[in-house]
Amino acid sequence: MDVGLSHYLAVSAALFTIGVAGIFVNRKNIIVILMAIELILLSVNINLVAFSVYHGDISGQVFAMLVLTVAAAEAAVGLAILVTFFRNRGNIAVEDVNMMHG
Amino acid sequence: MHEQGFPLAGLAFGILAAVVIIAALGVISARNPVHSVLFLILTFFTSAGLLVIIGAEFLAMLLIVVYVGAVAVLFLFVVMMLDVDFVELKQGFLNYLPMAGLVSIALIAEILLVSAAASDALPDDFDPKPGAQTNAEAIGKVLYTDNLLLFQISGLVLLVAMIGAIVLTLRQRPGVRRQSISAQTGRRRVDAIEMKNPEKGQGI
Repeated sequence: MDVGLSHYLAVSAALFTIGVAGIFVNRKNIIVILMAIELILLSVNINLVAFSVYHGDISGQVFAMLVLTVAAAEAAVGLAILVTFFRNRGNIAVEDVNMMHG
Repeated sequence: MHEQGFPLAGLAFGILAAVVIIAALGVISARNPVHSVLFLILTFFTSAGLLVIIGAEFLAMLLIVVYVGAVAVLFLFVVMMLDVDFVELKQGFLNYLPMAGLVSIALIAEILLVSAAASDALPDDFDPKPGAQTNAEAIGKVLYTDNLLLFQISGLVLLVAMIGAIVLTLRQRPGVRRQSISAQTGRRRVDAIEMKNPEKGQGI
């Protein structure tokens, strides 16, 4: 079997879809929602790298590094918000997050 | 693709792709969030393998260092630190499943359609790299020259995220005794020592 661009795009599509479905089915658990967002960003990275290798242009991999940076920053800030929220409320149920509701 | 150099590429890709998808399904469906995090680590690790197959070694190693080394451990710490009733949070999983299934099917059908169209218009084989330089060398050559601004901005993003996380989670607890260096060094003899002259046979 030859490994081609379409194989990588298919894996990436599956990962992206699983990530979106994870956001849907874990509506109450914000930790798993954050992990699903990480899955989505990972699928974007796989796409970028696959196209980068395919076109022989290294810029795609540089861009994937930037996505990696933003993903790490997002996870850090998201988990910090989560810890603060847990301290204030005692649970992390995101369905009744309406403290900033006017 | 380097079929001659690496004849096992197809087999390796198949195994790794299957593991990635099964582990990703495990992330979103595990009952225990610690298991979710462990599945997440497996997903990242296996994706790094996928990137190695197409010759993006540097990014693969970066994926392991950043995601497995930092992000997944961060998740693990938070999951273990917060004392949350996860069984209660898992309720409603089946209620949302039909909607999620519907959206997922539509999404994956669209993406696969676009992917099929793209690989129909383009030849499917990867372009083997002509140069003799390594992947890390090639990235470094453009990262520190053409994309210097992006590199520095990403450093700034990390700095802001770090400060933000610290500011968000820092709290001043009342009743904790801390060292006050200025008060310590600003103390003088007249503040500290008082001369008394007690009567004979009496205390102070």
